[in-house]
This record gives sequence, structure tokens and C-alpha cells, in this order.
Amino acid sequence: MSTQGTPERQTHPETHHQTHREIHREVVAARSPWSWVLRAGQELQVIDLDGNQAVDFLAYDAHDTARAYSVQATLQDQDSVFLTTGSVLRDNEHEPLLTVVADEVGRHDTLGGACSKESNTLRYGHHTWSQHACVENFLVELSRHGMGKRDHVSNVNWFMNVPVDPDGALGIVDGISAPGLSLRLRAEKDTLVLVSNCPQVNNPCNGFDPSRAEMVVSERA
Amino acid sequence: MAQQDDTGTGTTAGARRHARAQEAAALSDGFAERPTVPAAGAGGADDGGAEVVWAERVRGGGYAHRTVARGTEVRLTDLEGDACASVVLHHADEPWERLNVADTVKVQWQVYTAPGQLLLSDQGRVLATVVEDTSGHHDALYGTSARARNEARYGDGAAHGPSPAGRELLVLGAAKHGLGRRDIPPCMSFFQGVRIDDDGRPVWRGSAGAGRSVTLRAEMPLVVLVANAAHPLDPRPDYTVTPLEVRARRGTATGPGDPQWTASPEGRRAYENTHDHLTSRGTA
Repeated sequence: MSTQGTPERQTHPETHHQTHREIHREVVAARSPWSWVLRAGQELQVIDLDGNQAVDFLAYDAHDTARAYSVQATLQDQDSVFLTTGSVLRDNEHEPLLTVVADEVGRHDTLGGACSKESNTLRYGHHTWSQHACVENFLVELSRHGMGKRDHVSNVNWFMNVPVDPDGALGIVDGISAPGLSLRLRAEKDTLVLVSNCPQVNNPCNGFDPSRAEMVVSERA
Repeated sequence: MAQQDDTGTGTTAGARRHARAQEAAALSDGFAERPTVPAAGAGGADDGGAEVVWAERVRGGGYAHRTVARGTEVRLTDLEGDACASVVLHHADEPWERLNVADTVKVQWQVYTAPGQLLLSDQGRVLATVVEDTSGHHDALYGTSARARNEARYGDGAAHGPSPAGRELLVLGAAKHGLGRRDIPPCMSFFQGVRIDDDGRPVWRGSAGAGRSVTLRAEMPLVVLVANAAHPLDPRPDYTVTPLEVRARRGTATGPGDPQWTASPEGRRAYENTHDHLTSRGTA
């Protein structure tokens, strides 16, 4: 495997524990959605509990949900198509929603979007139609916040490995994460975050075995 | 007083005379950044006898929008070499179905545009097929600018200002089809190219030169939104964008007998999904 597969330990949990107070901790079951409103300054730690589990992720300005996460605005202001420590997740008006303040994996995807029943028919065939998919999770979780199809946009894929080859070929390949690795996000404003703990079983994004993810919300003590 | 009113705009009669004189005066000045209405009047030898249904020159910093029928071939031309056409497509009958750039690049295992690329919706269907491309300098990853970013880079990003943000222009086009800011997804940008290097960094390629064109064949009834705004990664300090031509003619959607239909298994299933959807809807 490539050298990019070696995780860099960039966090110092003991330091973070000293400065931050945990206010919510929840394990998201395999294949399930989750959402939370982070207040400005709060942090969300996303933990890949069992290893190489893609965690699909969306974010919206909690006070104006037309301001959705924008992959294109986010990439415009960083010198890489991958997300890692220092990446600023921007909304479609170019305002910062969240900053990646720590990352134990090294790089995450935001090009590949979410799996859907519909795109599964294209990628694998109509025999996959009855399978669950991330867009189903996002749509049902958005509905709990009074939002719908028009609000659904392309997302971040934490712990998913999507290289771009020199000829432009792009694909979801074996992951570079490992059990227990995590990243932390700081909310730059009050932000609605949604997660789909990816149920995909037709490609290696979950190691062909969807597993748990853990969410930890904290704030400065 | 009466004499002044006859020649000026101080009376309704004078104002009407003044307004009605403008079209002929503008045409005699060669003012070209405008739609040709009716579009058939813009027909030329390169249209092969097909009926021209949309003909428009879009200024740098301008936008265009239109509802087009299934089968329509929409040709975009970079007239002077620095156009940047940021395109969003919606299903004209169900506009919550729209261009999905992530699915477009993921399903086809390719981030770079070339003839034969399908512009896919979020519903596993083909909105449009790239049927011709003489540029090759395009970008699916970086989209267009937002107002705040152009304010930071150029001092202004308003639609009416000297350096309009592409998003502001797309929002205006969308509004005229009943759509709002949340309806503008990531877009495709044509005529200003970006490549990704081995480390995942963007490499600016810019334009392929004047006169290059790309043609999109509508595979469903579409709302087409086009912003002609400087590309967000354009490294030049000045906001730089030149006129774009939009020219559309009636045509036929891709069918099962077309080699394009079976060019890839993913594409075949996308065309089949599209045809199935239009059949049940009664509009195939």
C-alpha cells in the first residue's frame, strides 16, 4: 500500500481532555443516520470505532439552512482535493462552517458524494435496488429538521479513500483508516451536522462490512 | 417648452419615441451581447438545417437560462478565449432532480470531461450527454465563485458589479424558474481547465483558446442555467472573462441504436433509467 496509509498521530487527547468538557457521546449503529446542532466553538470528534468505516457527513448553517456545505467552495480555498487538519468546510456562500482541528488518518474524501439506491443501479446493477444507502439516511434525517430533497447536497466522506489518478480516473479503494482513529471538527458558527454511517456493501468504503462510528461533542471547559 | 418635450423625454410621447428608437440604434452599433429573437433568425450553415431554438451571446460576467426540450443540442462556444461557462441542469418537470457532479465523476470513474461524458442527475439518470468538445479544458471539481469570495479577491461580487460571482448569476437564472438559493448544486465549468496532480493538488490549465466549443445533448426536458464568470481558481489578479455564445438546435435524444447507449455498462443503465422514467411519465 502507499505510504499515505501510515496515520500521523496529530492529536493529543490528554491535552484536549484538559481543555474541553464532554457534553454528549453516542455510538451510531452500523447503517444508521445521526444529527446534532453544534454551537459555535463546540467540537465534534468522529471516531472510526471498528476501522475503515466511511462516515458520510453534511453540514448546514443552523440559522439559515439554505447555506449548505459546498464541496466546491471548500476546495477553492485549499491546495488539495483531500480533507485533513486545517481544512475549512465552507457553505455555498463561502462562509466557514467547520474547521478540521485534528486528524489521525491523514486524508479524507469529499469528491465521491454519497451512495444512493439510484447511483447503485448505475454502478452495480438493479439487483442492488433493495439495499439501504446513505442518501436514504440523509433524506430521513433532513426530514426531522423540516428539510427535504432540495436541501440534499454532496457531502464529506470521513475515513473514505478516493484517489485521483493522473489520467483522471477516480474511484473508491481500500481504506487507510484503522480501529479507533478519529478526527475533530470545530464549529465556526452554529451548525447542523448530519451523518450517514455508510451502509454500502458493494465497494471497499466500509471494508464490505458496515460497522459502528462514535460521535463525541465537547466544548471548552 | 413644447419643443423641448418633443425631442426629449419630458412627456409620455417623447419618452415613447426615445424608447422605440433604441433597438435600431443598438443594432446599427453592432451591439452583440444579446439573445437573437426569434432564434431561428440566427441560423447558419453550421446548423445543418436544424431549427435553431436558442441563440444568445452572453457577456463576460453575464448569465443565460432556458428551458429546452429533450433532444436539444446546446452548443457553448468560447468566442474570444476567456469564457468560463458554469452550467447547472435541472429536470424541467421535477426540478428537485438536478445535476449531481459527484455522481457524474464517481459513476463514470473519471473526473475529466471528454466527448461521451454523461452529466448525471441525483436520480441515476442522464440529464445531458457531452456529444462534442473541441476544448478539453474543463473542470468538474471547483465550481464557481460565491459573492463573498469575489469581494475578497476583486473587491466586489454582486451580480450587477464589475466582478460578478457565478453563484449570484446562477441564483438569478434559477429564480426565473421558481428556484431558490438552495436549488443551486455544485456545477460543471467549461473552457477553463484544472487538472489534479499526483499529490491531489489543482494545476491551473486555463483556456484552450478562442473558438472552442462543447455541445450538450439534452436527454430530458431541462432547465439550463449558465453563468459566464471568472473561474474561482483563475490566478490572474484582474477579473477576466470574455463573451460566451449559446446556440441550441432541435435534435434527437440518444437512443438504444446509438453507440453511446452501450459505451459503458454504467452509461447504459443510466440511459435505461432515463428512458424508463420518461416512458412511465408519457414523455419518452
